[in-house]
Amino acid sequence: MAAAKPTPILAVRDLVKDYGPVRAVRGISFDVPRDCCFGLLGPNGAGKTTTVEIIEGVTPATSGEVLYQGKPAGAAFRQDSGVQFQTAALQDFITVRETLEMFHRLYRRRADLEQVISDCALDPLEKRDNRKLSGGQRQRLLLGIALVNDPKILFLDEPTTGMDPQARRNFWELVERIRARGKTIVLTTHYMEEAQALCDEIVIMNEGVIVTQGAPEQLLKAHYKEIILELPESDLAEMPPEFPFPSYRRNGLVEIHTDDANEAITRLSGAGVPLGRLNIRPYRLEDLFLDLTGKELRP
Amino acid sequence: MIRRIFAILHARNLEFLRDRATLGWNVAMPLLLVAGMAAIFSGGDRSEYKVALIQDEAQAAAPAHPFLDTRYFDFIAMERGEALDRVANHQLDLAIDFGAGAYWINPESPGGYFAERLLQASSGPGEWVRQPASGDPVSYVDWLIPGILGMNIMFSCLFGVGYVVVRYRKNGFLKRLKATPLRPVEFMAAQILSRLMLALFVTLLLYGATRLLLDIRMEGSGLALFLVAVLASISLVSIGLAMAARVTSEELAGGLLNLVTWPMMLLSGVWFSLAGAPQWVQQLSNIFPLTHALTAARDIMLYGAGLGDVLPQLLILAGTTAVFLTIGAAMFRWRGA
Repeated sequence: MAAAKPTPILAVRDLVKDYGPVRAVRGISFDVPRDCCFGLLGPNGAGKTTTVEIIEGVTPATSGEVLYQGKPAGAAFRQDSGVQFQTAALQDFITVRETLEMFHRLYRRRADLEQVISDCALDPLEKRDNRKLSGGQRQRLLLGIALVNDPKILFLDEPTTGMDPQARRNFWELVERIRARGKTIVLTTHYMEEAQALCDEIVIMNEGVIVTQGAPEQLLKAHYKEIILELPESDLAEMPPEFPFPSYRRNGLVEIHTDDANEAITRLSGAGVPLGRLNIRPYRLEDLFLDLTGKELRP
Repeated sequence: MIRRIFAILHARNLEFLRDRATLGWNVAMPLLLVAGMAAIFSGGDRSEYKVALIQDEAQAAAPAHPFLDTRYFDFIAMERGEALDRVANHQLDLAIDFGAGAYWINPESPGGYFAERLLQASSGPGEWVRQPASGDPVSYVDWLIPGILGMNIMFSCLFGVGYVVVRYRKNGFLKRLKATPLRPVEFMAAQILSRLMLALFVTLLLYGATRLLLDIRMEGSGLALFLVAVLASISLVSIGLAMAARVTSEELAGGLLNLVTWPMMLLSGVWFSLAGAPQWVQQLSNIFPLTHALTAARDIMLYGAGLGDVLPQLLILAGTTAVFLTIGAAMFRWRGA
């Protein structure tokens, strides 16, 4: 007899959300396994923020349900979940510590506040007025607020938007440390590099539906048997005649998608293309994302 | 520079004009105010002075005396006891008993002074016996201070809560709170308590300062007055919360709150008595909690009324609180549409 499948910490079933005549989410279903970092990806308008906000309980669904540990998400879910919104105003004239203390008091289950402050590197900012925080400091405070109840499941909505590269890397390390304590993380992000670095499993949404779901590496293996050769456009103004592999021009580069790198390189060399700046790389999550959701700008 | 100014001006105008609800209130509110003022204060020559004609004698004597032809005076038939009370507390300028050849005046009343001069000018020497209004006369300041205290509570409670809730909703702070176990009723209770503490603190400061500097009259119990202030504050905060329950625009909130505060300030007896106003205006004023709060406060401060005497007003304030808290809780939304 097969072992029973463990109950996911979160299950979304047939979720639909209409805004007037516009159907933003079109009956999606997925499970979030325990103790993983789960990424919800999609271009602008894909419905991912709406989906996450329905799960968080801040936006009502038109239909469908969200199950937390097998039961409809309710009061227990609010006690057990932590939420970091992409943007959330805080009260003016209140310090970082006072803000954390206020949210800390809203929960029955509470984390060690000093630990939260330390984890989020907020020690030097404790007495600073919320209004005087930089973008990165503010995001760390919002994360701290999301952690005050020692959540079992943590929602991070575009947590590194607006951060500089150093702050982003630091934030990823922080998320890794939180995850290492057995927390489940649901991450919404535009940054594919971030999703690839942090997520064990992802869902890619487009126009209100899920277009693919799985572990990033498995998805890449399933979708691509090829590798990518990159050359600057200036080195390859025109493709050699009868070149058998598809190519795309993107961001000043020519990308050649091929399952036979030797053959492609031989043909390029034979056509006199300089190969000194040739770069060979595997497919990345960003390639999959663009292939599945399209490359055109979203309105 | 001019181009940039006009760019911003244009964008702001579009924003304002496209916010239909706010636009509506900003246009409708002044029109309603003007219409209301016209209804209350129009109707031929507006009277500047109010004189009671003590009732039994008024019918016979009224047509005969030239004082009664004076323009800009309202002559109101009234029983003796009520007339003298109203003169004493500045609700009337003079009370005349034609039969007894006597008039009553509050020596502290500026209106009374002018009315008396005109009465004497239109009368023969020795025609009248001058009587001060019974007992210790109530000065205008004594009468006015409860109104000032009440007005301060009104503005503090309505705007202090209404605007804050709308701002919290607009900037997403309420959305953040919604993701916590906090319930709307808990949030509202916190807002009420916070504003109550502030309003009472400021009211106590104002009361203390007026007692110290103006030696205002206080005949009743301070505790009773405090209870009136508490109930008045809670009822006004609950109105503010109900009005801000769903609004996401500070401008619309301002319009709605003005819609309540201005009529309340004009019709609740903050600055002047409505004794001479039409009956329907006096009845209309009873819908405002501030009217009842000021009635109770003046009864306590000026006439020494006890808690039992002002119980009807206290019950009305408590009822107002219950009604608007229920409406506010039912309508409350963490987020805008």
